[in-house]
Amino acid sequence: MYVAVKGGERAIDNAHAWLAEERRGDRGVAELSVPQIREQLALAVNRVMAEGSLYDPDLAALAIKQARGDMIEAIFLIRAYRTTLPRFGTSRPVNTGAMVCDRRISATFKDVPGGQVLGPTFDYTHRLIDFALAAEGEPPRAAEAQAQAGEMPRVTDYLNLDGLIQPEPEDDETPPDMTRAPMEYPAGRALRLQALTRGDEGFVLGMAYSTQRGYAKNHPFVGELRIGTVAVEVDIPELGFAVEIGEVVLTECETVNQFTGSKTEPAQFTRGYGLVFGQSERKAISMALVDRALRWQELGEDNLGAPAQDEEFVLSHADNIQATGFLEHIKLPHYVDFQSELELVRRLRAEARASQEREAAE
Amino acid sequence: MSPTIQDHAARKRWMGLLAKAPPARLSALVEALGPTPGFTWLRAPEVGGVMMQGRMGGTGGRFNLGETTVTRCALRLDSGEVGHAYVRGRDKDHATRAALVDALMQTPRAGAVEAAVLTPLEAEAEAAKAARAGKAAATRVDFFTMVRGED
Repeated sequence: MYVAVKGGERAIDNAHAWLAEERRGDRGVAELSVPQIREQLALAVNRVMAEGSLYDPDLAALAIKQARGDMIEAIFLIRAYRTTLPRFGTSRPVNTGAMVCDRRISATFKDVPGGQVLGPTFDYTHRLIDFALAAEGEPPRAAEAQAQAGEMPRVTDYLNLDGLIQPEPEDDETPPDMTRAPMEYPAGRALRLQALTRGDEGFVLGMAYSTQRGYAKNHPFVGELRIGTVAVEVDIPELGFAVEIGEVVLTECETVNQFTGSKTEPAQFTRGYGLVFGQSERKAISMALVDRALRWQELGEDNLGAPAQDEEFVLSHADNIQATGFLEHIKLPHYVDFQSELELVRRLRAEARASQEREAAE
Repeated sequence: MSPTIQDHAARKRWMGLLAKAPPARLSALVEALGPTPGFTWLRAPEVGGVMMQGRMGGTGGRFNLGETTVTRCALRLDSGEVGHAYVRGRDKDHATRAALVDALMQTPRAGAVEAAVLTPLEAEAEAAKAARAGKAAATRVDFFTMVRGED
């Protein structure tokens, strides 16, 4: 017999008070400020912005503090906040070709105009713990050199000149928005890119890695990876023209993929595209690989049955807030559900025992 | 009198500069202007979101990249000029000062405001950009060929 109960309010209040105390940790250790997190844990802040799908470094830093460094919890806080914001409008598409680059590399062309600019990268570090960081002291100032005037043209533009790569013609059709309408499949590339750029970094990385290991292999080269600042321009209806409302840091990755041609397309290079908030190159490269894998249909490639080719599988499992919401809810009280399961198992066992006893008696 | 394209270009420039200005710096520069005229709100500062878009492959069809917070407001100076601001982030003081300067730039004080606020903001933004570009340039790879296999 199950009796409905209520209660637990005192326990919950006390649990949350203890959470606040544990969040603060040892009071003998200085408290972290939000600007410290924003400035010194910037890549964590970037990840929370990207997967929270809201560009606001201060808010993301605060969410990380509130979540005690639990990234998915912090992303959850950002997503919840995002839903409270009135939508003022839509920006013009960001012009990544005019990005002021901190970093810009190409794995396909050594002598690319604008050069190979490493930027503040972990690449070529030895991945040895630096015990000097445990001590006080400021790092030396970074070297400066004379900046070369001139643009950093897109690497894929070169291939495009010879018609060797699939073009990306400009198109101003209004894209679907997964924050305004439920997902429907087939989703199309615009919706896929929106879902991937806010998708869980670990999941998108795993999917991308699966294509490299042979599950729908698509032979990617990083044609170009660029990280830097772009202006965000918004049309202001009351003024009748567009103004820049600020700047954001983005990471863009374009892959160049071998493509031997199909029933419908000639042999040429094809593209995968990644664009992610902040300095987030692992995610941007992963996104580009998964984008390319999901394009099999439009390129007339075979469906190899690989997970990374399955649009519905990838998109419906990429969101860590949806995933954790469904996963974690099973730890909450299911007393009634379980009571019915318990009664079922008891009844089945009783019936089996009764039938055994009958057989023994016969 | 309808505003010309040139007026739009000039206003776009200063509105962009004001939106991108470091908030503390803008505050100090506006403070240094001395007494500013009174105003009434046409739209008190409010925080919302703007959906940013990207293009597939950087140049192709549009897709929704994700939102950013933005604060907007509009005010009318006692002398009648209307100032607008749309500023990324949630800083209502920043948006207020941006709208105030936007309005002041339409008054006879425009020249003085340009010199005291916009010119320094522009110069400092250029300097910050150049310093960062200089650091990036120092990480540019100079390849040199060790052995040429042409024999």
